[in-house]
Amino acid sequence: MARKTIFEDCDVLVVGGGMAGTGAAFEARHWGRDLKIICVEKANIDRSGAVAQGLYAINCYMGMQWGENMPEDHVRYARNDLMGLVREDLGYDMARHVDSTVHMFDEWGLPMMRNKETGRYQREGKWQIMIHGESYKPIVAEAAKKSADKIYNRIMITHLLKDESKENRIGGAVGFNMRTGDYYVFKAKTVIVAAGGASHIFKPRAVGEGMGRTWYAPWSNGSAYALPIEVGAKMTQMENRIVLCRFKDGYGPVGAYFLHLKTYTQNANGENYEKKWYEETKKLVGEYIDHHPVPTCLRNHAFIKEVAAGGGPIHMVTKEAFQDPHLETVGWENFLGMTVGQAVVWASQNIDPKYTNPELTTSEPYVMGSHATCSGAWVSGPEDIAPDDYFWGYNRMTSIDGLFGAGDTVGGSAHKFSSGSFTEGRLAAKAAVKYIQDKKANGIEVSEKQYQNLKEVIYKPMENYTVGRNEITGGTVSPSYISPIQGLQRLQKIMDEYCGGITNNYMTNENLLKRGLELLDWLQEDLENVGAEDYHQLMRAWELKHRTITSQCVTEHTLYRKETRWPGYYYRGDHMKLDDENWHCLTVSQRDQESGKFSMEKKPVYHIVDDKEKKKAS
Amino acid sequence: MSTFVYMTRCDGCGHCVDICPSDIMHIDETIRRAKNIEPNFCWECYSCVKACPNHAIDVRGYADFAPMGHSVRVRREEEKGTISWKIKFRNGTVKDFISPITTKPWGKFIPKLAEGDKPNQGEINSQILYSEPKGLNTNKDLPKVEKSSFKKGVYY
Repeated sequence: MARKTIFEDCDVLVVGGGMAGTGAAFEARHWGRDLKIICVEKANIDRSGAVAQGLYAINCYMGMQWGENMPEDHVRYARNDLMGLVREDLGYDMARHVDSTVHMFDEWGLPMMRNKETGRYQREGKWQIMIHGESYKPIVAEAAKKSADKIYNRIMITHLLKDESKENRIGGAVGFNMRTGDYYVFKAKTVIVAAGGASHIFKPRAVGEGMGRTWYAPWSNGSAYALPIEVGAKMTQMENRIVLCRFKDGYGPVGAYFLHLKTYTQNANGENYEKKWYEETKKLVGEYIDHHPVPTCLRNHAFIKEVAAGGGPIHMVTKEAFQDPHLETVGWENFLGMTVGQAVVWASQNIDPKYTNPELTTSEPYVMGSHATCSGAWVSGPEDIAPDDYFWGYNRMTSIDGLFGAGDTVGGSAHKFSSGSFTEGRLAAKAAVKYIQDKKANGIEVSEKQYQNLKEVIYKPMENYTVGRNEITGGTVSPSYISPIQGLQRLQKIMDEYCGGITNNYMTNENLLKRGLELLDWLQEDLENVGAEDYHQLMRAWELKHRTITSQCVTEHTLYRKETRWPGYYYRGDHMKLDDENWHCLTVSQRDQESGKFSMEKKPVYHIVDDKEKKKAS
Repeated sequence: MSTFVYMTRCDGCGHCVDICPSDIMHIDETIRRAKNIEPNFCWECYSCVKACPNHAIDVRGYADFAPMGHSVRVRREEEKGTISWKIKFRNGTVKDFISPITTKPWGKFIPKLAEGDKPNQGEINSQILYSEPKGLNTNKDLPKVEKSSFKKGVYY
C-alpha cells in the first residue's frame, strides 16, 4: 500500500506535549530564537498527558520567596521517600527552578488559591499548593503553541532515528498520523523525549469496562522509556515501580484529604493499623521506618499487611472533616478538578463522605519518573552541581548525544510532579539549544534506508491483519495474528504474576522473574504478528510494543537488585530485607540494539546535601 | 463509565473526536454521529463532555463497579471562566459545585517569546532559565551547593 511520507527538518524536536513537553517547547524558544522547534503529540495538546483532565494542586513548589522551603529541603524529602536512592543533583536542580515556573503559571491565569491571612499560595501540605486547575493543561498548551514553530497533534512517534555519520548520536524520530495514515520523518538536531510513563503494563484491578480507570492515564504507554531503550540509551531505577494507596475503584487522590482535610485511615475495626506493623517493618528496613515523613512505600506496606491479615476494608475517616461545609466542598472539588471518575463512583454507590467513610485500596503498579518514584533514563546533571560520575556535558542529556529527556523520561529525579516536569522540560530545552550552538549537531546523516526500513516495520501490523483476516470467517481468533488488546492482556498477566503485581500481593523472586523474562521474550516475538485493523488499532499496537519493551527493562532491573528496597511497592521474596551494604546504589541498564539483551551495572549514589532534616525530626 | 452519546443531540461536529486524549471518540460512518469505540480505554476525563457544544455526551459509571442511576454533569464556560458540576447520587442526593478555570482573559498574558527581548550572550552558559533569577521573587541568585560537600554511598 502506498502511503505518503512527509519530511520535516528541525533543530529541536519535542516528543510528547504534556507538562514536560510544553515546558520544553516554551523554553527552547527563549534561548533559540531562530531555531526550528517542533512538538509532536499523540493526542491533542490541549488535553493530553497526565494533566489532561486538570489538577487540584501543584505538588511541587518551594516557596523560596517566603522562606518556606529551599531546594536542599526537597532533596532530603525525596531522598527519604525513595529510601535513600535518588539523583540528588537532578532533584536539587529541578527544585531551585520550580518556583519561577509556578510564578509564570500564576501570571498566565492559572487560578491559585491563596491563604486569606498571609496572602501566600494556599498550602495543602509542606510541598503542595492548591489550585483550581481544570484548565491547567489548556493554559500550558497555549504557551507551547505560541513558542513552537509547529505542533503536530495525533502523530504517534514510534522510533528514534540514529545519526549515521557519528557513533551514538541522535538524528530525529519517525511516526505516523493516526487520522491520515501518513508516515512522518522528523530529522532533528536534538530530540527531547517528554512522553508518558507506563500504565497498563501490570494487570489492573478492574479488567472489564473499568480497566481504563487506572490511576495513571491509560494513554501513558511507556514511550518515555521505550524510545530511549530501543536506541540503546542507559536507563536507571526501572525496578522502582510505584503502587498508590487511593480511594477504591476511582483511584481518586488522597493528598488533599490527608494534608488539608486532616482525614486519616483506619481498619475495619476502627484501629490505627499502621503502628501494628511497625516492628515487622523495622525488621525489613531498619531505621528507615523511623524517618519522617514515613516513606510512601512503607505506608503502603502497612496497608498491604493489614489487608492480608484480614483487617480490611481500610477506610478513610472523612465523617469528621466533612461536617465543615468548606472542607466538604474542597473534598468534592478535589475530584472534579482531577479525577472525575471518583465522583462518579461515589455518586453511583451513594458514598457521601459526610455520612460514610470511603474505602481505600492499593493500586496495580505503574512505572513513571515524576511522582513518588523515579524510573527513567540515565541523564547528565547540571554542570555546577553534578558529581563527575553524573556529568557529560549537557543537562538532562541521555547517554546518547543529542537525545534529551524530561518529565517521566528522566530517571532519578523523583517528586517533580506537574510543575517539576514542566521545569525539567525547560532545563532540557535550554541544554538542547546550547548543544546546537556548540555545533555538536553538525553533519547529521539519516539515510533513506534507515527511515524506509522503519516505515515497513511501523505499518506491518496492518499488513498482518489484512493477510490474516482473509484466512478466517470472522471473529477475533486468528492463528496468524493477535490483536493489540489480546497482546496487552497477555503482557499484563505476565507482569502481574511474575513481576510483582496485585494478584501476587506485589511478591516476586528470582525464579519468577526469570520465567517472566522468557514469557516476555515470546510475547516480543509474537508482537511481530500483532494485527491492526485500522490506524487507531495501529496506535494501540505501537502502544503495546512500547509497553512490552518497557516491561522487559523493568523485569531485568527487578531481577538485578537483590534486595527489597521499597516494601509496599514490591517484594523480592528471596531477598526480603533492605540491604544498604550492597545495594545503596542506582541500577543502570543498557539494551544492546542488535541482540536485544540488557546489560546491568551499579552506579554510586552521591549525597549532595546533608541530613539536617532528619536530626530536626528526631 | 465510560462516555456515551445521545442520538438526538449529536450533530456529528467532531469536537469530541478532536479532543479525546485516548482517541476513542470516533464518528460512526453510518449514522454520522460520534460514539465511544473503546469504553475500556476511557479514563472518564470528561474532555469530550466539556468540548461538546450540544451537551450530547454523558457518562455512565464503569459497568464493573458502578451501580446505575447516578450522573455527574458538567458545563464549562470559557467566556465566564467557570466550570459548573452537578452530581446526582443513585439515591437522589444532589450536589452542585462551581469553580474558576482562569483568572485572566484566555492566552492574553502568555508571552510570545519570539517577540520579547533576546537573552544576553553568555546566559546560555549560565544555569538560569527564562525570567530567572528575577522570576524566583527572592531577590537572590539561583541557589547552588558546593561540590566539596558531596558524599558518596550510604548516608543514613
